Amino acid sequence: MANLIIKNATLPNGSVADIAIAGEQITAVGPNLTVTDATVIDATGLVALPGFVDLHTHLREPGFEGSETILTGSQSAAAGGFTAVHAMANTSPVQDTAGVVEQVRTLGLEAGYVDVVPVGAVTVGLEGKQLAELGAMASSKARVRVFSDDGKCVSDPVLMRRALEYVKAFDGVIAQHAQEPRLTEGAQMNEGKVSAELGLTGWPAVAEESIIARDVLLAEHVGSRVHICHLSTAGSVEIVRWAKAKGINVTAEVTPHHLLLTDELARSYDAVYKVNPPLRTQEDVLALRAALVDGTIDIIATDHAPHPIESKDCEWQAAAFGMLGLEIAASVAQEVLVDSGKSDWSRVAQVLSHNPAQIGRLGEQGQEIAAGSVANLTLIDPTAKRVIDGSHSKSDNNPYRGLTLPGAVAHTIYRGYQTVANGQLAETGRA
Amino acid sequence: MASRTVLTGDDIDRAITRIAHEIVESNHGTKNLILLGIPTRGVLLAERIAKVIQRHYPEFSASASVGRLDITMYRDDLSLHPNRPVTETNIPAAGIDGAVVVLVDDVLYSGRTIRASLDALNAHGRPSVVRLAVLVDRGHRELPIRADFVGKNLPTSREERIRVQMSENDGENCVVIES
Amino acid sequence: MSQLKHLLSANDLSRDAAIGILDVAEEMAGVNARAIKKLPTLQGKTVVNLFFEDSTRTRISFELAEKRLSADVINFAAKGSSVSKGESLKDTAQTLEAMGADAVVIRHGASGAAQKLAQSGWIDGAIVNAGDGTHEHPTQALLDAFTIRRRVYGVGSSAGRGLDGLKVVIVGDVLHSRVARSNAILLNTLGAEVHFVAPPTLIPADASNIKAKLHYDFDAALAEVKPDAVMMLRIQSERMNASYFPSEREYSRVWGMNSERLAALKPGALLMHPGPMNRGLEITATAADSPNSTILEQVSNGVSVRMAVLYTLLATERN
Repeated sequence: MANLIIKNATLPNGSVADIAIAGEQITAVGPNLTVTDATVIDATGLVALPGFVDLHTHLREPGFEGSETILTGSQSAAAGGFTAVHAMANTSPVQDTAGVVEQVRTLGLEAGYVDVVPVGAVTVGLEGKQLAELGAMASSKARVRVFSDDGKCVSDPVLMRRALEYVKAFDGVIAQHAQEPRLTEGAQMNEGKVSAELGLTGWPAVAEESIIARDVLLAEHVGSRVHICHLSTAGSVEIVRWAKAKGINVTAEVTPHHLLLTDELARSYDAVYKVNPPLRTQEDVLALRAALVDGTIDIIATDHAPHPIESKDCEWQAAAFGMLGLEIAASVAQEVLVDSGKSDWSRVAQVLSHNPAQIGRLGEQGQEIAAGSVANLTLIDPTAKRVIDGSHSKSDNNPYRGLTLPGAVAHTIYRGYQTVANGQLAETGRA
Repeated sequence: MASRTVLTGDDIDRAITRIAHEIVESNHGTKNLILLGIPTRGVLLAERIAKVIQRHYPEFSASASVGRLDITMYRDDLSLHPNRPVTETNIPAAGIDGAVVVLVDDVLYSGRTIRASLDALNAHGRPSVVRLAVLVDRGHRELPIRADFVGKNLPTSREERIRVQMSENDGENCVVIES
Repeated sequence: MSQLKHLLSANDLSRDAAIGILDVAEEMAGVNARAIKKLPTLQGKTVVNLFFEDSTRTRISFELAEKRLSADVINFAAKGSSVSKGESLKDTAQTLEAMGADAVVIRHGASGAAQKLAQSGWIDGAIVNAGDGTHEHPTQALLDAFTIRRRVYGVGSSAGRGLDGLKVVIVGDVLHSRVARSNAILLNTLGAEVHFVAPPTLIPADASNIKAKLHYDFDAALAEVKPDAVMMLRIQSERMNASYFPSEREYSRVWGMNSERLAALKPGALLMHPGPMNRGLEITATAADSPNSTILEQVSNGVSVRMAVLYTLLATERN
């Protein structure tokens, strides 16, 4: 692998430095570095951040290769500045055995654009009845630490308790998709004044909040850590804030779409805006933004959920839930944290890299930009304005199309290899 | 835009009086006579003609013998024009079966309005005779239709526009050609 | 008259446009009263009744309206067609487009299906929403307004008028009712005051965007509002199994129209129901057959109003 020298990058703390990379490692960070035989990246005006880590990605392979493959999803991730993604378990077959998670990891290595870290299912077949072989997945080559039935809630309180307890044995974490199933039967969109007008079955905030409240209490009781997927309501923020104040070991994520979009968009009946949990109100958006700034919410995770055209270009009720997110996450983070004036680039580094790597226990991701760290880096041009159009995903369920968002990924360096150079995705992955 | 008056208010009154007499004469009296005006100015003309008849033939009741026939929904050019408002249709209570119906309109031009009104009439009953009275016949027929009673024949070019003004609707009585 | 391309929601209608349609409907009612109930207006136009949900009444009403305007009518029902074999709304719409439909009257179980059809670009013709899920049923609201207008003002003196100052009480399953939603919008557009009476379980959790006053006590509401019209909504017994209310007996006692409540109405007040009725549940037979009842008028007015809607959408310039 060629050596790299990044000149005049702005680090998360605001200082300007050169970054020297040899092979997979950062060898030096400081002013006026010179390296012979190195490819030079002029990073003047660019912000250097540790490579992004997504704790919540649907890569769809195996089983739904018409929507996305591990290769196309990895490419989309690299284009969005990611160097690691957690591949959710709702594939077919479900990632509920060591064999399936190892296969996903292998396909990720072959693709070579990001670390593909499989998430293990909590229950067999995501059916919420019987624990999957969590220990076997943890000790497999895939070294699974994050377990989730995402798409479905582990609604049975006893099963949830057992799962929380069991994964303590290998420092795992349960990532809960908080959705009380009975309260959301047939639900189509946020329950509120817009759903009342549109005649779409409402999805009450309490369906999310009641599960979060239960699970933080369970986590406290059994002394486990719990991670809450895609918080979407102001009430959820309040519960997590309370739990953290009480010392409960809870972490929480928010998606880019819940930071930017509201349920008013459902008025179009365009199912590109149909997502689980649903888009909420402007008040919720503001509460989530504030919580991301003040640390109540730990990370941004994309919940990148590709779907084929036929699953979206139909009546709302028949459409699938989910939207793309990998290639706009950084822009939304910039808008909410930096351009808003409420926080800074070091917080972006935390919510998109350090914290998700820490939750997923990924030692070689989310490290400081310093000598000795693995060379996972993202260089952002913060002055760019992009009108969102296509993406590298195999699917096109992109609710941001036509919006103008700030910032663009100029370079992504994954384990010393340039997956994105000058905004262009590398044609092949890392060998 | 040039405009010239071709009929004054007095001219119109004389034409109406003449038409009224011709109608009664051709019908050998006022028996079974119904006048149906085509909105908007045809209705006003029908009312004026009926008043003249009633003045000279007291056995004729203007109020019981005049109606209006809206033909909007029978037009053949609905898709060529922006939405036309539909107005009321009023057929005299006695109906038109077996009656002598005189359709009254202000200007006879292509003949399409009259074709539509014949269709509309069909839906309301079966008159024994249908005749046509118009204040102005400007030529350029597109259908084999002619008027039985004409106030004035006015040869025009297609580019010209005929404007009939009636005091009930327009504040004055006159017929103007605009070009 | 404004140029309306589709009728998807009662929100599509300005006050002038709504009164315009009601006035045309008056003329259509005149046509429906005469011996020859036929107009040549839509000769050569093809109208498709695309029904994904069973609704014989609504379909027949539209079909009659279309035939009286001389349109060529095709009935496309989900049952026994390719729709039941999993053909999508999109494929069906594109098929109809290829066959040259000038208008599609759509009834669908999914809220927003009519709007999706209109915005999708799958089909170029006019779309009429004949009921979409629990969203809207705008022609029902128009025929209800037409019925109220004729009863309150008299048949000969309705033209050109709104429903200003009239009070309408809508009773029952507002949550799942497309009739209630469309009526609340249109009645407000026409200047009427709208009240809902329903068990709290059958009102949207946040109905603040719907302009209507909420009541939980039917008798108190009748006494306080003194409505000009009371509209009873159909209650589906499936709702009982989902615990929206405890029993049919309790529902009919607390929320049903009966002789006592009928007697409490002011003289001449209208008692309306969109049909089909559950006699003995939301309305007693005595009430349904009383002189206040407009249930059959609503059915015949439905044809006139739908003729007026089709005339307004189709007898118009197309570029």
